[in-house]
Amino acid sequence: MADLAVPLPAATGSIGLDASGPRGPKPRHVFSRRNIFLYGTLIVVALYYLLPLYVMVVTSLKGMPEIRLGNIFSPPLEITFEPWVKAWSSACTGLNCDGLSRGFWNSVRITVPSVVLSIAIASVNGYALANWRFKGADTFFVILIVGAFIPYQVMIYPIVIILREIGLYGSLSGLVIVHSIFGMPILTLLFRNYFSSMPEELFRAARVDGAGFWGIYFRIMLPMSLPIFVVAIILQVTGIWNDFLFGVVYTRPDTYPMTVQLNNIVNSVQGVKEYNVNMAATILTGLVPLVVYFISGKLFVRGIAAGAVKG
Amino acid sequence: MSKSERPNQLFRNLNAKVASIPMVLTALVIFVGGSAWTVLYSFTNSKLLPRLNFVGLDQYYRLWSTPRWLVSVENLLVYGVLSLVFSLVIGFMLAALLDQKIRFEDTFRTIFLYPFALSFIVTGLVWQWLLNPEFGIQGVVRGLGWESFNFDPLYNSNIVIYGILIAALWQGTGLIMCLMLAGLRGIDEDIWKAARVDGIPTLKTYLFIIIPMMRPVFITSLVIIAAGIVKVYDLVVAQTSGGPGIASEVPAKYVYDYMFFAQNLGQGFAASTMMLLSVVVVIVPWAYLEFGGKKRG
Repeated sequence: MADLAVPLPAATGSIGLDASGPRGPKPRHVFSRRNIFLYGTLIVVALYYLLPLYVMVVTSLKGMPEIRLGNIFSPPLEITFEPWVKAWSSACTGLNCDGLSRGFWNSVRITVPSVVLSIAIASVNGYALANWRFKGADTFFVILIVGAFIPYQVMIYPIVIILREIGLYGSLSGLVIVHSIFGMPILTLLFRNYFSSMPEELFRAARVDGAGFWGIYFRIMLPMSLPIFVVAIILQVTGIWNDFLFGVVYTRPDTYPMTVQLNNIVNSVQGVKEYNVNMAATILTGLVPLVVYFISGKLFVRGIAAGAVKG
Repeated sequence: MSKSERPNQLFRNLNAKVASIPMVLTALVIFVGGSAWTVLYSFTNSKLLPRLNFVGLDQYYRLWSTPRWLVSVENLLVYGVLSLVFSLVIGFMLAALLDQKIRFEDTFRTIFLYPFALSFIVTGLVWQWLLNPEFGIQGVVRGLGWESFNFDPLYNSNIVIYGILIAALWQGTGLIMCLMLAGLRGIDEDIWKAARVDGIPTLKTYLFIIIPMMRPVFITSLVIIAAGIVKVYDLVVAQTSGGPGIASEVPAKYVYDYMFFAQNLGQGFAASTMMLLSVVVVIVPWAYLEFGGKKRG
């Protein structure tokens, strides 16, 4: 890409000069003032963004005496994995001392069904909105999208009452339902837009051949829309894993998701603060979304862009 | 189902209607019903349990004479304005830098965006550690010999909200950068060529040609940032728990604490209704501008 930049007077900057593809010699001034400024700025900013991650990792590998003596930026003199073990299996929240592992498995048990349920509902819903419009459907859809902007605090308590009435308050299934509800606006929008962009003839042909609502969905729409399902999964896994508010409101201490438990471990007032264990616990909690992020790469960007940009 | 011969309107397209039940229920029961319920009960003196005992605007008078709420609103305003401005400016500048046909663009983008994958809890805890006065940045700089160096935003009630802002910007600017970058890429190369032919300096081209052309992207970013600002809660809980004292309280935390700790539901409902009102004030003009003139599906 940089090969395209035609040598220009350094100060003006050269953007978009690829008049007719890559041609001519490579630019000679690799160390032009423009490049030094450009890459210098980018590298400084990148360091700023990487710094917290670096400090987290470094701190989690040090022993407490080293933390008290040294500074947070210095690499560990003696690498120890003890803080990680302790954070995972024996850090205390209140009376429980079985570490973050409990929160991790709770989060798994919350995230997996929530992702499946919310995507199942939203994809069928988006399909109905795109291909099987009925009278009034759009009204509900608009309410749904506008509702996405209502602060959660406004709806928290009514949902507590509803869940209590159906006996799911404090249980993992209750939280799964809540996640499915609040994931619905964005996912429905995502799927509706995707299905709307598919060729109408495809749908017509299937109808002529006698396929019904579910037949078309399972045999035509679903196989053709795997990318958007991947985007939706990325969006939901990170979103639900990172949730704190719903976790703290709708679960009890023994069913707390990882984020809530992490906060309780780190911000507990009693005992000596073990910064290395805290940082190890923090990395552990951030690990799942980070792995999703680094594996999915461009699709993650597509997911947030789809989530962000209105249809 | 649709094969039945009767032209019954209700059963036409039945499967689609069945499939839409969750959406209809969510829209009506949770979004409309839940909000209406909360607004209604904000006019009652509910304490431990919600009761329909109307007291008019009492809860709102109490709310606006509670120092903690006033601090929360002030914090939200400061935080909101600054994070809006800085997110847009930093996000745009980073996007503009990445748009210069540089090498390693993907690497830089990955680095700028990764904090966005992390939760606010993780973000808050990392920055709590970095801003720890004893061991964090302040400690390090003092250790280098500058003994009087002072940088302890989380322990100074005057500037604590800026400490939170630093963490929030670290987490969120990557997203704005991505949106802006997509916007910049959507601009026709010919515009740049024309600007160069006319001899317009790069900076001026950005300010007077490119940015006005990216109006939709800016509006989208604005709405996303604004919606996030009102909801800010986890970050404060993790980073400062509202402290020192009540210096970094925010409305969302006020609502939660009054509903689930102080057993004062009425106050919580009134506060959340105020939050709803603030969102309505932002969203309605935007929706009007965006969807008002032309009707879109």
